[in-house]
Amino acid sequence: METVAAAVSRTGKKSWITGEVKTPAGRIPMVATELNWQDRLGTTKVRAGLQRMHYSIEPGLYAVGTPTADSPVFVSANYKLSFDYLRRELEGINGWIMVIDTKGINVWCAAGKGTFGTEEIIKRIESTRLAEVVNHRQIIVPQLGAPGVAAHEVKKRSSFRVIYGPVRAHDIPEFLSAGMKTSSKMREVNFNLGDRMVLIPVELLQWSPFALAAAILFFFLTGISRNGYALPGWTGGREVLPVILAFIAGSALVPIFLPWLPGRALSVKGMTLGLIFAIILVFTGLIPSAQTGGQLETAAWLLLMPAIAAFTAMNFTGSTTYTSLSGVKKEMRFAVPAQIIVAVLGLSLWVTARFY
Amino acid sequence: MLRYLENVVTLQLDTETCNGCGMCVNVCPHGVFKVQDRKAAIIDKEACMECGACALNCPVNAIKVQSGVGCATAIIMGAIGKKSECSGSCGGSPAANNSNKSGLCGTTK
Repeated sequence: METVAAAVSRTGKKSWITGEVKTPAGRIPMVATELNWQDRLGTTKVRAGLQRMHYSIEPGLYAVGTPTADSPVFVSANYKLSFDYLRRELEGINGWIMVIDTKGINVWCAAGKGTFGTEEIIKRIESTRLAEVVNHRQIIVPQLGAPGVAAHEVKKRSSFRVIYGPVRAHDIPEFLSAGMKTSSKMREVNFNLGDRMVLIPVELLQWSPFALAAAILFFFLTGISRNGYALPGWTGGREVLPVILAFIAGSALVPIFLPWLPGRALSVKGMTLGLIFAIILVFTGLIPSAQTGGQLETAAWLLLMPAIAAFTAMNFTGSTTYTSLSGVKKEMRFAVPAQIIVAVLGLSLWVTARFY
Repeated sequence: MLRYLENVVTLQLDTETCNGCGMCVNVCPHGVFKVQDRKAAIIDKEACMECGACALNCPVNAIKVQSGVGCATAIIMGAIGKKSECSGSCGGSPAANNSNKSGLCGTTK
């Protein structure tokens, strides 16, 4: 049973709560279908990688429009971004949103972990007293929740039938008017340029500590020479550039150019871009190529840049919507040893170049 | 349509057991299944990302797939004995059978 305190804390001072609806199971907070500036700011922050892990809302039942006991029930994660995407698309629809506790994680990731799952749905149906709020026995669960939810289990144990709704909340009106049926297009997950672009800030942020550490290391190591050590100036800065560029190539440019880069393995795509950048740097003279030292240096970066970009790109597999675990394992079996060998070789050449 | 490595997908369908309910068609995000002649059929196996939704939602257990987190970072973190870097949230252990896919981890949908 939901406590009064929990219901109050859900209604308390949230800019997106506009009122409440009385039901046999108590007062249910009513939410706006239009996002305000605070919601938008929250979304921007999350996309920029700020407060991404503390963007949750209170689980429980919410009302959209003026729902009755016959209105549909939409299930959502308690990640506020998921919730916002849903309510924004429910403009003009009277319904209920049952927010389940996914520890503030989005539907798909939570389903993968099982927190968006059968147990939590059944538990939440009971604690919200959903059976007293609605006459029917149907809940609309986002299709991307399916990896964590066994529809037949929910039916057996709660008497509620799970109907899988579209992947994108945007298709909900069409789904409803089609008699709660999804088309093959509604069920398909895409990974368009826009889908990939929004992931880039978080990718860059995730790699920035490593890129920075590597850049600092290379800067100071540049000071080594056959005459001992001298603090590097401009020459050190020049060695930082390829490092940073390789990280950007792997974490930002691979996502952008994903469909057009050669190879299926992400590490191969990253390697290709890293190599292209290394060649460009050599031809523009940003990597020294004169004499033995320069030649060693050129060879070193032609190995190091692809290795760094391949590694960072490989780690993008977790963010894609199409890579399988078996595939990632296979990719790593050849890519990780290759990256290590090439990186060690490149680093040895680079250090050797310091002594010429 | 983006495609990943070939000939690796572990998805298996037991047509004998299948009752043709079509649940796998409903939950698959990549159009892998189709119901024809009152039985499910795999029409695009290579598109499978092993999310496990079909196997979990099959009421007669006719589908088998080794699902897990298809994420290199999670695998590396698992190998060095740490929780997934996917901000500690996804936390998916690639070995866990009931855990699945981390697409767009923590950022969308």
